[in-house]
Amino acid sequence: MKRVLAVTFALAAGLSLQSAVAQDAAKGKTTLETVKARGMLSCGVSQGLPGFSAPDDKGNWTGIDVDVCRAIAATIFNDPTKVKFVPLSAKDRFIALQSGEIDVLSRNTTWTLSRDTSLGANFTGVTYYDGQGFLVKKSLKVNSALELNSASVCVQTGTTTEQNLADYFKSNKMKYEVIAFSSADETVKAYESGRCDVFTSDVSQLYAERLKLANPADHVVLPEVISKEPLGPMVRHGDDQWFDLVKWTLFAMMDAEEFGITQKNVEEMAKTADKPELKRVLGTDGNFGEQLGVTKDWVVRIVKAVGNYGESFDRNVGAGSKLGIARGLNKLWNKGGIQYAPPIR
Amino acid sequence: MAMAVEPRKPPPQFLFKLRRALGGKAGWGGLALQVLFVAALAWISYEIVSNARGNLETQRIASGFGFMSHTAGFGVSQSLIPYSETDTYTRVFFVGLLNTLLVAAVGIFFATIIGFIVALGRLSPNWLVSRISGGYVELVRNQPLLFQILFWYLAVLSTLPNPRQSVSIFGSFFLNNRGLVVPRPVGHEGLIPFAIAVVVAIVGCLLLRSYSRHALFQNGRRIVIWPYVLGLLIGLPLIATLVFGVPVTFEMPVLKGFNFSGGSRVIPEFVALTLALSTYTAAFIAEVVRAGILSVHKGQMEAGASLGLSRGSTLRLIVVPQAMRVILPPLTNQYLNLTKNSSLAVGIGYPDLFSVFAGTTLSQTGQAIEIIAITMGVYLLISLVTSAIMSFYGWRIGRSMGA
Repeated sequence: MKRVLAVTFALAAGLSLQSAVAQDAAKGKTTLETVKARGMLSCGVSQGLPGFSAPDDKGNWTGIDVDVCRAIAATIFNDPTKVKFVPLSAKDRFIALQSGEIDVLSRNTTWTLSRDTSLGANFTGVTYYDGQGFLVKKSLKVNSALELNSASVCVQTGTTTEQNLADYFKSNKMKYEVIAFSSADETVKAYESGRCDVFTSDVSQLYAERLKLANPADHVVLPEVISKEPLGPMVRHGDDQWFDLVKWTLFAMMDAEEFGITQKNVEEMAKTADKPELKRVLGTDGNFGEQLGVTKDWVVRIVKAVGNYGESFDRNVGAGSKLGIARGLNKLWNKGGIQYAPPIR
Repeated sequence: MAMAVEPRKPPPQFLFKLRRALGGKAGWGGLALQVLFVAALAWISYEIVSNARGNLETQRIASGFGFMSHTAGFGVSQSLIPYSETDTYTRVFFVGLLNTLLVAAVGIFFATIIGFIVALGRLSPNWLVSRISGGYVELVRNQPLLFQILFWYLAVLSTLPNPRQSVSIFGSFFLNNRGLVVPRPVGHEGLIPFAIAVVVAIVGCLLLRSYSRHALFQNGRRIVIWPYVLGLLIGLPLIATLVFGVPVTFEMPVLKGFNFSGGSRVIPEFVALTLALSTYTAAFIAEVVRAGILSVHKGQMEAGASLGLSRGSTLRLIVVPQAMRVILPPLTNQYLNLTKNSSLAVGIGYPDLFSVFAGTTLSQTGQAIEIIAITMGVYLLISLVTSAIMSFYGWRIGRSMGA
């Protein structure tokens, strides 16, 4: 709440309270110049969602959303640690971006038309194709979301989830009671205490939150996926160079996977690459990185820092992580998924 | 009246009067300062508004109040007016506002009662009662309110069973971790005559009472009125029922699927919030009341005792009415605090104004400035109305005491 008020005033107030955005715009500074001058990328993340963005026991942020931020920092500073992570609740996240508190929002945020148009911000791509699902106690013996008539449902406020839930129950002519909490932790606590029969959220998040429950095996994610939730990073309107850089950072991670460039072999490949398209990606031919406002070897920097898209996925949410979520839709287009990055040329 | 000596003409006072009217006691300098201050204030407000507009436009953030007529598309767990997902954000605003007012009104009611009881308990000559009351005040007012709300919420929730193992009271009231389910009254044709009969009976009783008091104070005649009162209160509604039919029937809650269907339900979020707000504020009110009572000279208490009044009667008839003048202003503060503190509901998912409007609506529309402005305006209005009511009450007390 403090943040909402503070940032609202920052947006509203002129004079000495003038917002960071307005100040930089007045000086004609681009976001990239601001970030370089600060020596740090400011990146909005969740308040702790394992697999996407969560601090570990040493206070290091990890997750697939975090990797996007680190990759951007790597292209600018060649140092993935030069990121300041700003944990945001679902309802505070857009205000933080609008006010200039963060440079990029990488916080499991669903791409929708109204968010793309009315918030003064743009989505740059899709980090993770998700969908909304339901988590219930096994003891309820429910096998399908269509059996949830009259159930009490816990949900986090300020999410697309809240509206999808209403749509789904309405179109299936089922009654429900919704109890909306402001943070994910409160929502899960209420679900665990028995206030609700169902906890609904993006499926990936259900798997992540289930790990935090006292006895994860007592809970099951129902098979229905009731919505499309393409999650991706967001940047402010009005700085196309920054928009391009964030967009192509994610594309570069996917292209790297497509070409088999990994964290281990990237330096070796950069020296020995002889295929023309590989040379373009690795920056030994052409000046593609410079067109984006960074250096030629930008892809090498990204992959050295966080690995390619597949490596990041496996490490954070996939087979190599506690979550163990299957790649599914998030496989590359040539492996049966829908992740497709335009070519670097 | 004629005078012997023609009075001297007073010096021209027009300028002097004007200066007093415009500049107050400070004279012309005060006036200039005031003009400057107002001008500065106007300039700052103009800068704030125009800068906000400029920022919103350059960033292409939606602005204006058009969103209020858009479909909300999300559910709310408690609403006093009919509400569905297809209603507008304006409707959501009123749902939230009414939920806030409900929790504030119920909270103020219980906080006042508990506060007075604890204050009287603390002043009680009974050692145990006064220590327990003192302990209550110190314990409750020294813990953070959010912590207490969460405590009541989780404590209440975790001790209650799930709907299938509900605690049943007479087979029609059910208590479980979804709240208290009670039979819902459904009105029939007989309801209006019944209601009229009840109102007539109450008015009749009040008239009787004032007549008997008049007879007692003016003529020293004592009239026993309770048999008539009883007859009116029971008889009239009974006759209405016999003539026009049953006024209400009750819809019984039935366990269906996950929850009870039918009946009305008091949700646990409401109970926890009201409980926390009223017990917390009661601790402060208790101290306010205690201070008020102690401010009345102890001779008043002794005078009451020498008249042969009991301690209770002395307090009720002599001390508390005098103490009210001292109690009222800080009591108003506590009422305002309670109302504003109800916005902590967001922590436990109670759908108050702050949660559904400044929370969900804000994040779905992204129009922070408009929504925060409306919400601030509403809380200000609620507070001003509350203080106005309390001031009126204070004015009446002052008048009745001849002050």
